[in-house]
Amino acid sequence: MRVLVVEDDREAATWLAKGLKEAGHIADLTGDGETGLALAREAVHDAIIMDRMLPRMDGLTAIEILRAEGIMTPVLILSALGDVDDKVRGLRSGGDDYLGKPYAFAELLARLEGLHRRRASEPPVTRLKVADLEIDLLARTVHRAGKPILLQPREFKLLEYLMRNAARVVTRTMLLENVWDYHFDPQTNVIDVHISRLRSKIDKDFDKPLLQTVRGAGYSIRAD
Amino acid sequence: MRIDLKLLRTSTFRLAAVYLVLFAVSVSAVLAYVYWNTAVLIERQSDDTIAAEVRGIAEQYQQRGIAGVIDTVASRSQESAGAVYIFTNALGRRMAGNLPSLPVEAVGEHGWIEFSFPLETSRGLDRHTARAFYTELEDGYRLVIGRDVEERRQLASIIRTSLVWALGLSLVLGIGSAVVVSRNFLRRIDAITGASRTIMAGNLSGRMPVSGTGDELDRLAASLNEMLNQIERLMSGMKEISSNIAHDLRSPLTRVRSRVENALASGRKADYQVALREGLDDIDRLLTTFNALLSIARAEAGQTSEGLKPVDAATIVSDVAELYGPTIEEAKGSLDVELAQGISIRADRQLLAQAIANLMDNAIKYGSDPTAARGPLISLRLTTSGRDAVIMVADQGSGIPAAQREHAKERFVRLDESRTQPGNGLGLSLVVGIMKLHCGRLDLDDNRPGLVARLVLPRLERTA
Repeated sequence: MRVLVVEDDREAATWLAKGLKEAGHIADLTGDGETGLALAREAVHDAIIMDRMLPRMDGLTAIEILRAEGIMTPVLILSALGDVDDKVRGLRSGGDDYLGKPYAFAELLARLEGLHRRRASEPPVTRLKVADLEIDLLARTVHRAGKPILLQPREFKLLEYLMRNAARVVTRTMLLENVWDYHFDPQTNVIDVHISRLRSKIDKDFDKPLLQTVRGAGYSIRAD
Repeated sequence: MRIDLKLLRTSTFRLAAVYLVLFAVSVSAVLAYVYWNTAVLIERQSDDTIAAEVRGIAEQYQQRGIAGVIDTVASRSQESAGAVYIFTNALGRRMAGNLPSLPVEAVGEHGWIEFSFPLETSRGLDRHTARAFYTELEDGYRLVIGRDVEERRQLASIIRTSLVWALGLSLVLGIGSAVVVSRNFLRRIDAITGASRTIMAGNLSGRMPVSGTGDELDRLAASLNEMLNQIERLMSGMKEISSNIAHDLRSPLTRVRSRVENALASGRKADYQVALREGLDDIDRLLTTFNALLSIARAEAGQTSEGLKPVDAATIVSDVAELYGPTIEEAKGSLDVELAQGISIRADRQLLAQAIANLMDNAIKYGSDPTAARGPLISLRLTTSGRDAVIMVADQGSGIPAAQREHAKERFVRLDESRTQPGNGLGLSLVVGIMKLHCGRLDLDDNRPGLVARLVLPRLERTA
């Protein structure tokens, strides 16, 4: 994935590029809004990481111009303004996801890859499959190795989200936002318990565990 | 009375001036109409009468000659009061009439003249003004027919004078009252301006003067005062927060700093790793604290992302119950949920869920009976009480002593028992802030044993 990073904090941008490279992506860096816009117009990137406060042109304006010109490259907005209001404004201007500073790199990477994937899989899916685990989104049924598995509605939603992001890391915050629609982090490890219950239903009776814990980041459902 | 420029610029004075001009114009119009109807019309009528008389005498002259004129003039001079006549021959000798001599103004063939003549009155000899028509007949005979206009002239002059006086008086009164009213107004505005200057200078406890009459200026001052109260509350909240931040963020920062310093000094890789890992944990905790502070500040300032909307209380509570249920069961505790249906409240779903979640977090952390091997026994209820909706989270832990319950709601307060548990002492403060935003309150009570926390929110009246 080729990522355009528009960030004026040179040190932060360098770390970001380093992390992206280590994760197997290519990063192009620029420190101001106008250059960022010019590079984005070439439409060669798979995703853009855009800071909000930038010299010469602020991030939201650049996104608005891009969208007005019909360039639909997914944008992840980074901002020190982590308020929910700012988030709404950012998404309204055409951004696809919003992450407040400071952030954990794992969170950023997970969101970035999720963003790219969301764009890539435009046609509606009705069935998702990871190894021998299969879910039918219309019938709302789950099978593993042909055997039916009964899930509670919320467990189904959780599994669906994990499977839509198969092979990618999903953070606890992403799960809270997308499965429960909560934009705060509870002090208790509530998500871990939901995951372990789901795991006991889909992995316990089978040899190969699919739902894995990624230390320091979150969870991932994967075949390997 | 010194009138300064500021007074002339007040809106009251300008308004008064505009009304004054309108008033003066209408008064002048009315008086001009009265004057026209009295003085001018009467004068014109009398001119018409004189003209008619002239025509009558001209007829006499044609029918009967000079003698006819003399007769008519003589008889009219006797009978009509206020009329003046004189008929003279070519030598200027009076042939008939009640004027002693031909007025000197009567020169030329004919025309209108005004002259003064002596008149015997009860007070003696007066000079009166007459208006007359003068005409020259054949052979140097001259005839003057007129009316004594002295009284009418005096009346007209009285009308004119009173016109000017009335106008002058109304102008003076108008300007005077405008000045008085504007001064009064200006004095109160000056008081308000003065008060706002003091406040701007830093005295936030200053307030606008209220006269007590309940007029529009009082209403303005009262609402400004309310605004100032709110600002003062927010400011003192800010001050409290910043001193709390200074106090409570400084110690973890110091810890991180000394850890990094020690690791650098030791130079061993193993120490680096420990310092970095623990430093990361500390920084994450700091960020959590920081975000919680910001959330409290936003809630207390009345900011909400989604705004308060009518929502079904049971849905919000059961969503939180569903999120926490497995965790409580996993900890060998139990969550007992009882929700009354059909209760509508005005709330921000995110914030209210967060408030309930904070209470659940506390109940899980402190709600286990310390002697028993069981986990937390928590009950979550949604009920109504009068016009309020009540969300209750009760545990059977050791509770909070009555004397410390209010104290527990304050920022960064961690009661002795909780110091061993992770946390930042902001959970209940955020709940209090969120409740304030929802026009509700947080009550803490004894659950015998344990703590019962109640979120009390105003219910929405059902619109049938």
